[in-house]
Amino acid sequence: MSNPEVLVETDAVSRFYGPNAAVSDMSFVIRRGEVLGFLGPNGAGKTTTMQMLSGNLAPSAGRVLVGGFDMRTSPEKAKARLGYLPEYPPLYREFTVDEYLDYAAALRRIPRKGRRAARERAKTRCGLSTVGGRLTANLSKGFQQRVGLAQAIIHEPDVVILDEPTVGLDPNQIREIRALIRELGQDRAVILSTHILPEVQASCDRVQIIHKGKLVLNEGIDALMARMESQVLVAVFRKAPDVGAIEALPLVGSVMVEDERRLRIFHDPGADPTDGIVRLALERDWGLKEINPEHSSLESIFAELTGESPEAA
Amino acid sequence: MIRAIAWREWRALFLSPLAFVILGVAQVILARLFLGHVNLFLMIQGRLTTLPNAPGLTSLVAAPLLGNTGVLLLLITPLATMRLIADERHNKTLTLLYSSPVSLTELVLGKYLGILGFYALIILMSLAMPLSLLIGGRLDWGTFACGVLGLVLLASSLAAIGLFMSSLTRYPAVAAMGTFGVVFFLWIVDYAGHGRGDGGAVVAYLSIVNHYEPFLRGLFDTSNVAYYMVLTATCLLFSVRRLEADRLAAR
Repeated sequence: MSNPEVLVETDAVSRFYGPNAAVSDMSFVIRRGEVLGFLGPNGAGKTTTMQMLSGNLAPSAGRVLVGGFDMRTSPEKAKARLGYLPEYPPLYREFTVDEYLDYAAALRRIPRKGRRAARERAKTRCGLSTVGGRLTANLSKGFQQRVGLAQAIIHEPDVVILDEPTVGLDPNQIREIRALIRELGQDRAVILSTHILPEVQASCDRVQIIHKGKLVLNEGIDALMARMESQVLVAVFRKAPDVGAIEALPLVGSVMVEDERRLRIFHDPGADPTDGIVRLALERDWGLKEINPEHSSLESIFAELTGESPEAA
Repeated sequence: MIRAIAWREWRALFLSPLAFVILGVAQVILARLFLGHVNLFLMIQGRLTTLPNAPGLTSLVAAPLLGNTGVLLLLITPLATMRLIADERHNKTLTLLYSSPVSLTELVLGKYLGILGFYALIILMSLAMPLSLLIGGRLDWGTFACGVLGLVLLASSLAAIGLFMSSLTRYPAVAAMGTFGVVFFLWIVDYAGHGRGDGGAVVAYLSIVNHYEPFLRGLFDTSNVAYYMVLTATCLLFSVRRLEADRLAAR
């Protein structure tokens, strides 16, 4: 099996702020054609990791390699291959979008002749064609975010690092940005951090969950979805049902009575007893009001992975 | 790369009204002082003709005006340089530079050349006045050029001090106050002493004025040139070191 080229590699990276470890002993690789989601609650060390990957912060220990170049020993070669959109887009407020992107292109060492083409390409991709002459300060939050994104991809980098790219955007803009991330992920490596689970589902191939500076999960998106698949149904009835009859149904594991009209029904993963319960409720006229799979939330996955109660996570 | 950063710095300066206000105010003040020097020269001109080896236009008008420009630069420097790095840190735009394939030396040199361009403009505008004397008089070109060289060296070291102070903080106002403190201290450190007393020689050497005045008298001394060069280089080097520390330190 031929694996695509490794574009980012971290080797036992740690970062301390005083005695506190914001990130400790983190190792992972990202290959070309992958969109990697960095998932974690606020304060888990996501931004610190992004800053280290982008060369804004030096790791206290360990190595970061981008495109095979060590960020410490040959930072310029490594940085030439990455584009970074930080949490706050780094915009010069007194510049127009075109001026700003031209400057970004110059900083990325795009030859003078190619800058105009690079700028127009980035603008088209990020939907900025109509705002080239406007001051970045006067743009809406959504447009500012897109200018930040255009800046990160103007030099066609192999690695694109996005720190919470959809914060503050409206649903339409979020959909556009997600589509763009998908497109970018086809022929390069994209790393995005977020604390929103649907974001990972929508855009990523692989997910890494980070908690208190440690990598607690690193697997494909399908595996994560399987983990989250429901094993519990919550059913609410108008009249008190016969718990024994429900427990006797095929596929049902056990039943927990919350109050006499509200039940939690446990079942094996992959076996869904919903049909049987609905049929039984109709026959006996219990007045079924609602029946829902109880999705395990991100919090409960954290709890499962870290062995703490959801409140603490 | 250095050129792109310098160009942005220059553009950003002139996109805010501050640069124009500084240029305008400086020109008005220097024009008033220039007229004063010319007036004085005209008043004593009659008596000067009777003296052997009398001082001429250059030492009575041009040199004092270059001296005034030096003082004015001292006052302008905090305002002109405060935003160089502090503002970028405050607006979080430094991230763009840090994640671009730009070395910190290039970053600092780019910023420095950008602000130096602004100083060059102030100096050129102030030189226009003594040069206008050529319409009716003559200048001692040697003395004049020596004074201009002194002013350029002074301006480069002031800009470097301002750049370094701006690299220390994220608040332009703090950078401005720090720059003012350092520059003013270097200016007055030998105010009373003239190099007398214990360690007087050291104090006299530190003084930024003591190294400027010989230039105005037309005295070219490499040790004075070295003073400004060392001061400038040290501040630029410290700025690079400070930005390196940014990546290492907690933020």
